[in-house]
Amino acid sequence: METLAITKEEESAKMAQPITSISGGQAVLEALIAEDVTTIFGYPGGAIMPIYDALYDYNDRLEHILVRHEQGGIHAAQGYARSSGKVGVVFATSGPGATNLVTGIADAMIDSTPLVCITGQVFAHLLGTDAFQETDVVNITTPVTKWNYQVTEASEIPHVLAKAFYIAKTGRPGPVLIDITKNAQIEKFDYTGYIPCNHIRSYRPKPKVRKEYVEQAAALINEAKKPFVLFGQGVVLGGAEKEFTNFIEKAGLPSAWTILGESAIPTAHPLNVGMLGMHGNYAPNVLTNDCDVLIAVGMRFDDRVTGRLDKYAKQAKIIHLDIDPAEIDKNVKTTVPVWGDCKETLPMLTELLDKKEHTEWLQHFRDLEKEEIKEVIHEELNPTSEIMSMGEVVKILNELTNDDAIIVTDVGQHQMVACRYAKFKNSRSNITSGGLGTMGFGLPAAIGAKYGAPDRTVVAIAGDGGIQMTIQELGTIMQFGADVKILILNNNFLGMVRQWQQLFNDKRYSFVNITSPDYVTVANGYHIPAKKIDKREDLKGALKEMLDHKGAYLLEIMVGKENNVFPMVPQGCSVSEIRLK
Amino acid sequence: MNKQEYTLSIFTENQIGLLNRIAIMFSRRKINVESLNVSPTEIEGISRFTIVINEVEEVVSKLSRQIEKQVEVLKAYYNTNDDVIWQELALYKVPTSVISEKAKVERLLREYGAQAVAIRSDYTVFETVGHRQETEGLLEALAPYGLIEFVRSARVAIIKNSEGFHLKLKEFEQQEPSEAIIENEFLDKRDEVFTM
Repeated sequence: METLAITKEEESAKMAQPITSISGGQAVLEALIAEDVTTIFGYPGGAIMPIYDALYDYNDRLEHILVRHEQGGIHAAQGYARSSGKVGVVFATSGPGATNLVTGIADAMIDSTPLVCITGQVFAHLLGTDAFQETDVVNITTPVTKWNYQVTEASEIPHVLAKAFYIAKTGRPGPVLIDITKNAQIEKFDYTGYIPCNHIRSYRPKPKVRKEYVEQAAALINEAKKPFVLFGQGVVLGGAEKEFTNFIEKAGLPSAWTILGESAIPTAHPLNVGMLGMHGNYAPNVLTNDCDVLIAVGMRFDDRVTGRLDKYAKQAKIIHLDIDPAEIDKNVKTTVPVWGDCKETLPMLTELLDKKEHTEWLQHFRDLEKEEIKEVIHEELNPTSEIMSMGEVVKILNELTNDDAIIVTDVGQHQMVACRYAKFKNSRSNITSGGLGTMGFGLPAAIGAKYGAPDRTVVAIAGDGGIQMTIQELGTIMQFGADVKILILNNNFLGMVRQWQQLFNDKRYSFVNITSPDYVTVANGYHIPAKKIDKREDLKGALKEMLDHKGAYLLEIMVGKENNVFPMVPQGCSVSEIRLK
Repeated sequence: MNKQEYTLSIFTENQIGLLNRIAIMFSRRKINVESLNVSPTEIEGISRFTIVINEVEEVVSKLSRQIEKQVEVLKAYYNTNDDVIWQELALYKVPTSVISEKAKVERLLREYGAQAVAIRSDYTVFETVGHRQETEGLLEALAPYGLIEFVRSARVAIIKNSEGFHLKLKEFEQQEPSEAIIENEFLDKRDEVFTM
């Protein structure tokens, strides 16, 4: 096995370190400590018991959060990774434990979230015999992991985990799964210390930047009359928020974000022109088909952003900055590709830019924004009907949190509303399931986000559909006291599907009418204080009470049953065909 | 753009599970694999996949970038038939009696350059190496004479361009962290190994 060959560096470290005999389970925990892991989310079971047994003695150095379902565990690890910028770690046992991780792994894969998932596996001699709780988790997760590996001998553990962390966090980050057979967890071996991995022959996380492409890109931007920037999570993952701000400010570039890129620059930044895509803002969508140079930074032209590709920005020259070469030309053909880490490429590009303002061009965005405010936003944020809107809830939340909270959303109408109207001052503040659109993501991810950023206010916003998919994680909050504020925007419907059925299926509301339990009683059952409101006059007070409460709090707000999220680019339409109503 | 035959040459680490990782890149896009060969290269620990598919260039180009993105893949090339030299091996099992009795069969085998690889009292196995049409030709010609069994290997191919992977490998080494590691030292000593 060439890639696991012992390097010279390890060989010399081996000589220097005293040899101690430890179990595979202990080696796993030693590796986590060496990788600066402090928090693990997980659920024990037979096949991972030796690791949990070892954990008993590591309690002072590693905090383990016992979730109520492995899906909750992995979403929590995702929330942790997204709020902290560190690698999220999750433990699960073999068979059902491991398969329960699959949704979260797929979510992390498409949203480039760095995770190390450690699953227990049956004894090596039982592999392939349909043993109790045996599933071939390595093959099951192959399409949704950046890398995965099965360990069958304890001595492999330090090296494999070092490789796992290196792969998970470098280049375009992603989830890695390490499946460890029970015998490998129990076996003792001569441990000579942990050497972090910094090289794999076949893996190039950081490409060498081709200067000629940066020069070509700069020339295009300098010549552009109507340049337009689209930014995604790549800016956040690369830790390039400052470099990005310098870039857009120097050349006066109007910039719009994908929902995973949101909060990379403050909402109030004068060059921030809003959200892209299906439920994005009017101006950035319309003007995508009007700009002359389109600069995509760390975003992947998802179909929810582009709409119909054959009508997408056909008039523009396209510059694409991305660390993943497979993203370049994947959906949108690029004029100039700038392959590299944007923390490195953006300053190179900025240096070559002429200082400009593009005031007139920026004004186009502001004019269209005024139209959107008049047609949609004003009514959404200041409804004239008695029924509360999701938008006004988010507006008051912004006021009360001073735009400083981490907002974790589930998936659906409330997610689009939260992304549209939440305001942010700091990066890593908007945590949502983008590419996979995983209902049930919000509550557990918020728990993880709180552990990843303990000093920040974390508000989970969920719909009445999504919350019921992982509602059992209230138990985790109860047991571990995670200070998460839970906001349920209840419209008694699976709102987004209903909206589609209304607009595209002649109001044939097929199985979108979902009833809810009494959330206040459910929360109280978990010893979490809770309240339900359905009147506007109670809204601000209730939100304030929730935010002021020390510890977790659940607030259910009844909102308009058949409210729709607009603007909207109907599926199969061009982004410039965005509808305001 | 029309579909045509493309040969993908993929250099990888020799790692359990990688075949599956690569195979699902094709199945996910509903691309049928016409022929697949995996074998060790001249470098210990590095394998070469040779995969033949029928596709349009745009798809093949995106596909090879996705394949190259896999952690254990060093490099993926795709080439048209004009860019590669390729061969397939075919084995033909025919009754020995036919060979000994029918001069016409003997002439046929000679004409196609077939070589005997095993001779038993009841059957004889011949091999030919060549392009599909060539091995197919002998197959058709032998059919009336009681062919017992036929088997054909996957394509193996060598890219005509002589510099491709060698230069890439140099690039790989330049971009790595400065710490010297065993694999790189090993490759440095064998400067010509990737010259095609």
